[in-house]
Amino acid sequence: MITPPPVNWLSLLPGLILTVTGLLILFWDLWMKPEERRLLAWLGFIGFVAAGIVSVLLWGRNESAFNGMLALDAYALFFNVIFCVVGAMTILMSVHYLETVEIQPGEYYALLLFATVGMVVMAAATDLIVIFLGLETMSIAVYVLAGMWIRRLQSSEAALKYFLLGAFASGFFLYGIALLYGATGSVQLDKIATAATTGGVSSLFLVGIALLIVGFGFKVAAAPFHVWTPDVYEGAPTTVTAFMAVGVKAAAFAAFARVFLHTFGSLHAEWEGILWVLAVLTMTVGNITALVQRNIKRMLAYSSIAHAGYLLIAMVAGRDLGGAALLYYLVAYGVMTLGAFGVVLAVGRQGEPNEEVSDYIGLGLRYPVLGAAMTVFMLSLTGVPPLVGFTGKFYIFSAAVQAGYIWLAVLGVLNSVISAYYYIRVVVNMYMYEEGGKTIEALSARPALVTAILLAAVATVFMGVFPSASISLAKESFLPPG
Amino acid sequence: MVPISYHLVLSGVLFTIGVMGVLLRRNTIIIFMAIELMLNAVNLSFVALARHLGSLDGQLIVFFVMAVAAAEAAVGLAIILLVFRGRETVNADELNLLRW
Repeated sequence: MITPPPVNWLSLLPGLILTVTGLLILFWDLWMKPEERRLLAWLGFIGFVAAGIVSVLLWGRNESAFNGMLALDAYALFFNVIFCVVGAMTILMSVHYLETVEIQPGEYYALLLFATVGMVVMAAATDLIVIFLGLETMSIAVYVLAGMWIRRLQSSEAALKYFLLGAFASGFFLYGIALLYGATGSVQLDKIATAATTGGVSSLFLVGIALLIVGFGFKVAAAPFHVWTPDVYEGAPTTVTAFMAVGVKAAAFAAFARVFLHTFGSLHAEWEGILWVLAVLTMTVGNITALVQRNIKRMLAYSSIAHAGYLLIAMVAGRDLGGAALLYYLVAYGVMTLGAFGVVLAVGRQGEPNEEVSDYIGLGLRYPVLGAAMTVFMLSLTGVPPLVGFTGKFYIFSAAVQAGYIWLAVLGVLNSVISAYYYIRVVVNMYMYEEGGKTIEALSARPALVTAILLAAVATVFMGVFPSASISLAKESFLPPG
Repeated sequence: MVPISYHLVLSGVLFTIGVMGVLLRRNTIIIFMAIELMLNAVNLSFVALARHLGSLDGQLIVFFVMAVAAAEAAVGLAIILLVFRGRETVNADELNLLRW
């Protein structure tokens, strides 16, 4: 008789909570009256909060589950908390928005939860195939989310572009896995790491690594694999854009960093050159193209590309120096980007998106709180002290300098200077002019959305002024014992 | 017995045909078919390598990949249908609402 191996359910618990909540939403949606649908948002919110709390309670464990396919370690739990916070914030931002753009809430919230399940799996996976499954679970849900604004032709076009290029990239990713399987005889990360240190590296192995870089490069929107980003970010419903810009990117970096910094850590010399070039290209292309954007969603899309470049610098700096900086910057990037999209949501509505940068003229004078919050996010994205964007960049660049990549750090700083132009332009529009644009009203600033914006603003300021707690948390999460 | 290199080369050629199809064809349904060809080329590699290495992992992985490909097809065709209903075309060059 075959005895089934013991199952470590705890490692699955956060993902299971999210899955069950998603299913509950789907079924409840079938029976509830249309005017009660708003309750679904709060059910989803509770699901995210519960999964986040469970992840915090599991903190301190370092276990492996399912025959070495999933890990329950500080790294996975750190990312679980990020994903749950991003999901909960996205729900706060969506409550009113879904009614204005007539998106069915049942499917929307369920897909949001299922996409997060994929992210949780990606962050915990210690097996290339499990990473692939997590990646696809997340991506397929997000393809649908991007196209959910059915009345808007741009939304379905964005979904189609995202889907075709995403599936194309997962083909490369999968081929990379196949070649690594051929070179090492396994798809488990620890066995591949052992094979890399003991057995030497064949050309098959190197091509496999290169194909994995293509697959991950697409998901984190690194140049030259970034062409889909502005189109998809502009076309998708704004809440989904915020979710993609923060959640999907964090999940892709979670798997990217686990595979490259831990598993391929001994091969750092083989891949650092490629990532160096990718980092410089990504930052420069993102920032230079953002300069000429007039639509704020497109501008934030290019800004998210540029930030992927900064994060790649941390990858190049390597495991010991760059790892903690990478995690810290992902959190920093997350709060400020979510907040910026929140403000975009607050001033937009059905039929009148108000997405041009020139629409923001005078906004800060008429809405002091909203204007102040947007100023905080824009300055933080530029990297102005004492906000969190500055602290994050400081840690990344100093990691690069310590690792000996002086030029990379110099190029990164130069890029931050370029980025000041388009971020500050929004602030200038909000405060320095009174006339000249449309006089837009922040009619969509409902309590839930305002709460999300204020939470993001407080986090942006607080983590920038008192960085030590979050930095030591990032350090602790990145280097699990063993 | 056919050596492993034959399988790997065939799989590489099929994968390249798939990539070319994605890059050169303009009908999104054909592009989608080319992507499926890429995935199946990878499946061939997995099966051949599983036999060569004498491990079952590769064959098991193929089942996962097929399941993922089926899910992708369901979602992908629905998205293509959605675009066609709105625009009455599925030609990639004509999908240009989003461009700066």
